Amino acid sequence: MGDSAYSFSLTTFSRTGKLLQIEYALNAVANGRTSLGICTEDGVVIATDKKLASPLVDIDKVSKVEMITDSTGFVFSGVGPDYRVLVRKARKSSQAYKRHYGETQPVSQLVKQTASVMQEYTQSGGVRPFGVSLLVAGVDGDGKTRLYQVDPSGAYFGWKATAIGKNYINAKNFLEKRYQDDMELEDAIHTALLTLREGFEGEMNSHNIEVGVVRNGKFEVLTPAQIQDYLDEAN
Amino acid sequence: MSILEYNGAAMIAMAGKDCVGIAADRRLGIQAQTVSTDFTKVFKMNDNIHVGLGGLATDVQTLHNVLKFRMGLYELREEREMTPQVFSHLLSTLLYEKRFGPYFVEPIVAGLDDKNKPFLSSMDLIGAPVQTKDFVVSGTCTGNLYGMCETLYKPDLEADALFETLAQALLASVDRDALSGWGGVVHIITKDGVTTRELKGRQD
Repeated sequence: MGDSAYSFSLTTFSRTGKLLQIEYALNAVANGRTSLGICTEDGVVIATDKKLASPLVDIDKVSKVEMITDSTGFVFSGVGPDYRVLVRKARKSSQAYKRHYGETQPVSQLVKQTASVMQEYTQSGGVRPFGVSLLVAGVDGDGKTRLYQVDPSGAYFGWKATAIGKNYINAKNFLEKRYQDDMELEDAIHTALLTLREGFEGEMNSHNIEVGVVRNGKFEVLTPAQIQDYLDEAN
Repeated sequence: MSILEYNGAAMIAMAGKDCVGIAADRRLGIQAQTVSTDFTKVFKMNDNIHVGLGGLATDVQTLHNVLKFRMGLYELREEREMTPQVFSHLLSTLLYEKRFGPYFVEPIVAGLDDKNKPFLSSMDLIGAPVQTKDFVVSGTCTGNLYGMCETLYKPDLEADALFETLAQALLASVDRDALSGWGGVVHIITKDGVTTRELKGRQD
């Protein structure tokens, strides 16, 4: 960005037609802490494992689930600092949308915008791709709930339920078994917590996970107390 | 000579019962000389939004094209139609972006929102918006237009009565203004469609 001496892209094709930098970025994602999301007709839940290096870390100050507009939120797996750049850009772009149209940016537009930024970093001079995959929960222009995944390449997918990061294959299998089209949000939150617990190293509690929910058209990050209530119900 | 009075215009938009009407004169002049008697100043943006652009004719046409462009992009990206509120907000932003070299146009927006309720707004040339429930006016004889609307307007008029009210208000206002008139056009918008009628007025 800015005054780069590099006018050439660092992401170049291999002989086999792959963009290795993107593959490596996906590896960084696969090594990141697990995140997952489930989309139901009455809401969306996204959650992540917040395990940190040492018990001395003030874990409540770490924020991985972030609000972008009052009806959309992000969570990620991968490189934290890269994520924060994307959150900043997404927030700015959705405020610009509101300034022009007077309305909250629908989640599909936010996703396209963010994906477009991530794609730029695979085809611009002197930069590397973002080492994160995002899970985006929100409400769309037609009023319906949506869950999207956005990858370092800029590719995006709509999901009914998905998981990314460490152990994502097991988590996705678990979700596939339990997902139902007519699921309600409360069931989805329970399922999300059960899925997280499946691959959790050590004991899962209301402080070492983070949960975000889209409910009645509004996004909120659950407090540890609210998470504890759900965990108690699950037991 | 005021640049907003170079070409001449008169327009009104009014709200009725589950319908809106928007009317404008047909004159295009170059100061005192009348050049065209069928100049279009009211544009249909989609089934729910009509915009009236009064002021410098070149800016009327350019702004219309800019709005078509923005609306087209919105509909392609969002896969849905723009509502009149969003359109009005966008127009306001577009005008303010040219704050220090503005479009010499004072628009009025008339439409039906997503619940088929009337929406009316108007703004000045740099985008200061005003939303009303009864009527909005713009042009070179706004004094006359306000007077006629204030006198003739009644809330909750049905489509046919709204047409009559709009037509009479417009024709009486332009007769005392040298720069507007030479015919008129009225569009009545309901959830079932748009009815457009040409007005026969004094050709002077």
